[in-house]
Amino acid sequence: MHIQLDLLVSALVAGILLGGFYAAVTVGVSISFGILDIVNIAHPAFIILGSYIAYTFNARFGLDPILVSILALPAFYALGALVYQVYYQSFEKRGQDALRGLAFFFGLLFITEVSLDLYFGVDYRYVEASYIGPTLHFGIINLPLRLLVPCVVSLALFAGLQLFLTKTFIGRAIMAVAQDQLALQLMAANPVRIKQIAFAISIATCSIAGACLIIIQPIEPSVGRDYIGRIFAICVLGGLGSLPGALIAAMLLGIIESLTSTFYGPSWAPAVAFGLLLLTLALRPAGLLGR
Amino acid sequence: MMAQALLDIVGLSKRFGGFVALDGVDLNVKQGERLGLIGPNGSGKSTLVNCICGTLHNEGGSVKFDGKKIDGLIAHQRTRLGLARSFQLPRPFVGLSIADNLRVPLIYTVHAREGRRFTRAEMEDHCGEFLRLVGLADKAKKFPRDLSMVELRKLELARAMAAEPKLLIADEAMAGLSHSEVDDILALLARLSERGITIILIEHIMRAVMAFSQRVAVLVSGKKIADGLPQDVMRDPEVERAYLGQ
Amino acid sequence: MRSSVFFLIAVLVGAAVFFGARFVHNEYIFFAGFVILQFIVLATAWNILGGYTGYVNFGTAAFFALGAYSTVFIHKLYPLPIPVLILIGGVVSGIVGLGMGYLTLRLRGAFFSIATLALAVVLQTLIVNWTFVGGSRGAYIIRPATAPLIGNYIEYMFLIMLALAIVAITTARVIERSQLGYGFATIRDDEVAAEASGVPTLRLKLIATTISGALMGMAGAPFPYYIGYVEPTSTFGLAYAVNSIAMPMIGGTTSWIGPLIGAILLGTIQQVATVTISSAVNLLIVGLLLVAFVIIAPKGLIGLVQDFRRSRGG
Repeated sequence: MHIQLDLLVSALVAGILLGGFYAAVTVGVSISFGILDIVNIAHPAFIILGSYIAYTFNARFGLDPILVSILALPAFYALGALVYQVYYQSFEKRGQDALRGLAFFFGLLFITEVSLDLYFGVDYRYVEASYIGPTLHFGIINLPLRLLVPCVVSLALFAGLQLFLTKTFIGRAIMAVAQDQLALQLMAANPVRIKQIAFAISIATCSIAGACLIIIQPIEPSVGRDYIGRIFAICVLGGLGSLPGALIAAMLLGIIESLTSTFYGPSWAPAVAFGLLLLTLALRPAGLLGR
Repeated sequence: MMAQALLDIVGLSKRFGGFVALDGVDLNVKQGERLGLIGPNGSGKSTLVNCICGTLHNEGGSVKFDGKKIDGLIAHQRTRLGLARSFQLPRPFVGLSIADNLRVPLIYTVHAREGRRFTRAEMEDHCGEFLRLVGLADKAKKFPRDLSMVELRKLELARAMAAEPKLLIADEAMAGLSHSEVDDILALLARLSERGITIILIEHIMRAVMAFSQRVAVLVSGKKIADGLPQDVMRDPEVERAYLGQ
Repeated sequence: MRSSVFFLIAVLVGAAVFFGARFVHNEYIFFAGFVILQFIVLATAWNILGGYTGYVNFGTAAFFALGAYSTVFIHKLYPLPIPVLILIGGVVSGIVGLGMGYLTLRLRGAFFSIATLALAVVLQTLIVNWTFVGGSRGAYIIRPATAPLIGNYIEYMFLIMLALAIVAITTARVIERSQLGYGFATIRDDEVAAEASGVPTLRLKLIATTISGALMGMAGAPFPYYIGYVEPTSTFGLAYAVNSIAMPMIGGTTSWIGPLIGAILLGTIQQVATVTISSAVNLLIVGLLLVAFVIIAPKGLIGLVQDFRRSRGG
C-alpha cells in the first residue's frame, strides 16, 4: 500500500509540474485561437523549432537553454509578425476562406517538421544544464528540477502575459479586438496592427515553451504533433481566450496524464489529451468555465 | 370575418450573457397582413427575426406558426413549414449562379414539402418566374459578384420567395438604396402581398414603412412599446420619445 | 454527360491504363501506379468533404489506417478476398466518420478540423496498445503468391485500386451534379443562409463525412497486402494527411477533376523524387507546393486554366 501511495503522490506532483509547463505551451494558442480566432495548428511546430534553437546554442556554446530562449524572443516575434502578414494578406483580407487558412498552417507545420528532420535527423536531442539531474526531496514529495524549472519559468511567462493583457493599453486593445473592431477603431488603434502584435507575441512564447520542452524531455521533429492535441484540448477545455481557464485546464490535463502513465503505462498518455478534447467538444464546447 | 393568426409570439425572451436582447415580446400577425416592425438600432429587431426563424433559439416564451408550436425546430424545418426571410446584409451563395441560388430553396424546401421532385422543365419554369418577378431574368447565368447592391437585395427576396412561404420577413431590404430603388422594392413587396403572402417588413426608412404597412409595431430595448395603425403609432408619445431620445 | 456514360468512359480509360501498364512490362510500374491510384482515391475522398462542403479533415491517415487495420484484424481471423475487405474497411471507417461528424459538426468548422487531428492520435494510441493487430511492433501479412483471374499479384492489386479510383471519381461527380451537390455548395458558402433556404445542413455534413471517411477506409483496406508489413507510425503517417489536402488544393477543390489532376501530378513527382532524392525531400516539396498554391493560386490549377481562358476570351 505504501508503494501505491508513494506512486500516487509523485504522480500528482509530476502532474502539477507538467501542468505548469503545459500552460506555457498553450498560452500562445490561447491568444491566437482564443482571442484572434486564427487556428494556428502550426504552433507546436514553432515550439519544436524553439527547442532545436535552444539545443543548437546549448550544444555549441554551452549556453543555458532558458537564456537562449529569452535571447531568441525578438527573432520569434519577428517570425510571428511575418507569418501574420502573409496570413492576413492571403486569407483574412480576402474574406472568409477558413479552408485555405487552415491548409496554410497545416502546410507550415509540415514544412517546419520536415525541414528540422532534414537538418537534424530523427535522432533524439537533449540539452545539458546543471538543473537537469538533481531532485529536491521533501518527505515523500520529490521535486525533480528537470520539471520544476520549466514549471516556474512557464508560470512566470504566463503571469507576465496575463498582466500585459489586462494592464497595458496594447494588451487591452488585444482583448478588445476579439469583441469589437469598431470600438478599437474609435480608440484610433488599427485592428490589423493590433492583431499582428498579438500573433507575434503568441509565436514568441514558442521560444520559451520550446526551451522548457527540451529540458523536460529529449525531442525529435515529430514530437510536436503530440502537443497539438494537448494544446487545443487545454485551450478548449479552459474556455477559448480565457488565460486563467487555460491554466486550470493545463494543470488538470497534466495530472490526468501523469496518473494515466503511472498506473496504465506511458503508451496510453497521448490518448488522454485527445480523448479529453473529443469529450469536451462533444459535451461542453464552451469549456469548463464557459458561459 | 376574423382572420386567423398566422404567427403568434408570446412572451419571447432572449439574452446574450448579461445583455437582455428581447424581454417578453408579444406579437401577433394575421394571415395576409402587412406588418411594419420598427425600432432604433440595437432594439432587438434582428434578434426577434432570428428567434422566429430558428437561427437563434429563444429562452423564454413561445413562437406559434400556423397553429403549431415551433420553438424546438431548427431553421430549415421552419423554412419548410412556410417561414422565409431575407437577410439584412445579403447572403447569397457566392459559388452558385443566380439561377442556382434560387434552385436551392426549390430543391430543399418546395421538394421536401411536397414530397416529389420537379422535372427539369418545372424547375426552369419556377426559377424563371421568380427571376422575372424581381427583374433579374437577364442575369440568370451570372454570379452574385456580378450584381449591384440593389440586385443582391432583390436576389435575397427572390430566394426567400422561391421557398413559397406563407410568411415572408424582409429584414431591412432597402437600407442604403436610392429613392427609386426603394420604390422598386416596395412595388415588389406589394406584388408579393397580392399573392396572399403575409409580410413583416423591418425597416428604418419611414416613408417605406408608412406606405407599405397596414399595422406597425415598435420595438425599443427588447420590449414592444407600441402596436397599432401606422398613424396612431406615429403619434404615440412614447414612440416619439424613443426616437427623439436616440 | 450522364453518369452512366461517364462511368463507362472511366472504365474504358481505366482499361487503357491497365493494358498500357502491362505493355511496359515492368513490375515497378504497378508498384508506383498502385500508390498514385491510392492517392487519387484519398484526394477524391478528402475533397468530397473538404472541397465541396469546406470542412477540413486533417485525419485522412486515421481513416486510411482504419481500413488497413480492419484488414489486418480480419486476416488474423480468416483471410477473405480483397474486394470483401474493401467493403468492410469502408463500413468501419464510414461509421467512424459518421460518429466523428455527429460529435463535432454542430460546432464551428475549426473545431471539426482539430478533432480530426485528435482522432488520428487516439486511434494510433489504441492500435499501438492492441497486440492482436501487432501493437507498436507491427504485423506481417504474407500475401498469396498468385491472384485470382490474372495470376500476377501486384497486377491484381493495381487493378483493384484502379477500380476503386473509378468508383471514387464517379461518386464525386454524381454528388457534384446532384441535389446533394447544391446542398454541399451552400454549406461551403453560408450555412445560416443555407438553413434559411431549407437545407438540412447537419444531415448533409454527416452524409459528406460518412462518404468521405468510407472511401478513405476503402483505400486503406488493400494496403497491408500491398506493403506486406503494417506498423502504426507509417500507417498513421502525416504524409497521407498532407497529400490528401495538397492534391485537391493544387488541382482545384470545386470539381472532381481537381483532386484527380493534383493526385496524378503530385503522386508522380513523389514517385520520381523518392527514387532519385530522399523521401523527406519529397515531403518537403509537397508542403511547399501546398503553401504556395493556397497563397498564390487559391483556386488551384483548374482556376488558373479558367482565368487564362477568360482573359483570352475577353
